Amino acid sequence: MDTQEVALTRREAQSSMVRRLNPWICSVFLLIGILVVMFISLSFGYMPFEFEEILDILSYKVFGHETSYPESRIMVLWDVRLPRLLTSLASGAALGLSGAIFQGILLNPLADPYTLGVSSGAAFGASVVLVLAIIFPSLSFLSSPLMPAAGAFVASVLTLILVMLLAADDEGRLPPPNLILAGVIMSAILSAAISFIKYLAGEQVSSIIFWLLGSFQARTWTEAGIVFFFFLPALLIALPAAMDLNIMTLGLRSAETLGVNTGRVRLKLLVAASIAASASVAVAGIIGFVGLIVPHLVRLLTGPDHRSLLPLSTLGGALLLSAADTVVRVFLPGEIPVGVLTALIAGPAFLVIFRSKMKDLIHV
Amino acid sequence: MSNSNTLNSDPFISQESKVNSAQECILSVKNLSFSHGKSPVVRSVTLDFYSGRHYVLAGPNGAGKSTLLDLLSHLKDPAKGKISIFGKDSSTYSPLELAKVLALAPQNFQFNFTFTVREIVSLGRRPYLGRWGRLSPEDEAVVERCIEILNLKKLAGRLVTGLSGGEAQRVVLARTLAQATPIVLLDEPTASLDVAQALDLMARVQVLTKEDKILVITVTHDLHLAAVYADEMVFLKNGRLVAAGPLAKTLTPPLLREVFDADSEVHPDPFTGGLNISFRHPTMPLKD
Repeated sequence: MDTQEVALTRREAQSSMVRRLNPWICSVFLLIGILVVMFISLSFGYMPFEFEEILDILSYKVFGHETSYPESRIMVLWDVRLPRLLTSLASGAALGLSGAIFQGILLNPLADPYTLGVSSGAAFGASVVLVLAIIFPSLSFLSSPLMPAAGAFVASVLTLILVMLLAADDEGRLPPPNLILAGVIMSAILSAAISFIKYLAGEQVSSIIFWLLGSFQARTWTEAGIVFFFFLPALLIALPAAMDLNIMTLGLRSAETLGVNTGRVRLKLLVAASIAASASVAVAGIIGFVGLIVPHLVRLLTGPDHRSLLPLSTLGGALLLSAADTVVRVFLPGEIPVGVLTALIAGPAFLVIFRSKMKDLIHV
Repeated sequence: MSNSNTLNSDPFISQESKVNSAQECILSVKNLSFSHGKSPVVRSVTLDFYSGRHYVLAGPNGAGKSTLLDLLSHLKDPAKGKISIFGKDSSTYSPLELAKVLALAPQNFQFNFTFTVREIVSLGRRPYLGRWGRLSPEDEAVVERCIEILNLKKLAGRLVTGLSGGEAQRVVLARTLAQATPIVLLDEPTASLDVAQALDLMARVQVLTKEDKILVITVTHDLHLAAVYADEMVFLKNGRLVAAGPLAKTLTPPLLREVFDADSEVHPDPFTGGLNISFRHPTMPLKD
């Protein structure tokens, strides 16, 4: 065998690794996983619940059936544990979906929901509200728990608009490298602004820091509703555009000559992904790595086709974040913020994937 | 329709291009102009293209070749002039209609995600598919045929991210052919290929042109390759059409001098059946 043949055989051996799972089977497994996490999350905790009790209380609340359980237990399950679980599911789903979309649009498997500055914008908005509440204690409406969320949402959407204005070229197009650069610049400026705000907050800086860490503690039906309200339309906008997103990974000239209006699809998807990510950041703070690692894992399992990647990343994000939040709430002492846990676990996990797989998978 | 590759004032433009009556003019541009800001890039180009023929678009850098391809494929809008495809003003085509008659293999491409070769080629069927992109058996058959034509069968299941430059170029061409369009535009298809790969690619293009009667327009800097494989040459310089016509009529030393400012000799080449060009810079001293 000469060297060329050897090289060819080696490559053939590598190429046989292209084995992909059926996306439908994957989605069934993810759904089962989500149901298991939901059950564990609802039953475990300071006040444990049996399976029958959970079903009984849910059917009492949803269908109005009779229940014999005391009001205090119903309240813990229905008004404390369930909304927190749903918020974490919806936030995870929003982050997974938006990560997959951003990686597709920016033609960059290392992008995440925060690449365009959505997180820095949100953090800035929330910090402004929190520091104003500290400086002007008389403005009592500022200390409502929903005010930082509102500030975060508005600021992150404004940041995205600014990033798109900065990135647009002469013909009004949004080339991926421009978007990434504009996002990095905006993030840098906003980070500096946040540092300044922390300085202004003086000794009460901890409220800002804690908000920035990302947590689902004490989230209510209102927060769950907010995330679902923004996430569901984003999902409905994104899924029918999945095929176009596949085409757009070929590059602008190929996509346009295949009949895809890249400008419109890109704008539509950017808005959908950013609103989903903003809603998540607004109610839960900054939770890193979910939006980066979930689409990666899904791509390794079922391939890069966005028709399966988008829905599976949505389910995967929901599973990962609800599981992580259950772990910090039930199994870890003292409730460390879930954003810290995801970063601590997903960061090294990503590194391992990167070292073992990325060199084969990505041309840089 | 008479051959309208004629600008009467210009001696280089062939007056009697031998166009077979079986071939029809499916693409024609008239007074096409385009400017980048204030500087004109394409100036009043008028030209007819016939099916079943391979046109090579040549000229020095900045001649407006790639811009002309962009105009033909609606990536840029002309400042002036008209493009007709099958006798119909091309601006009246919807993007999807256009994608069914005209395909472009771009020069710069990059595979960012781990699609397989077959998946990438399948994306070329997009103009014929519904929103969810399901392939019918007919679509699958077209994809398989394109994979076969470009000799990609062994690679079909591989990831495109692991291909060599030449293999990737063939995948891009297969994807373009999967669009099954009567007009195919190739932007520097051999730029990253070695000699054998370039010859192979051009031979496959030639087969397609003849067998499927498609119109191929190739932009290239490789005049040696053009001299073997082109049916027609189109020379641009500073955005103007300098000459257009059958290979033997247009690939001549005076014309090459005019377009490229280089001295040359052109001989019939029995080895290839085409032409052979030798270039010499005007100031280069002759060796003895």
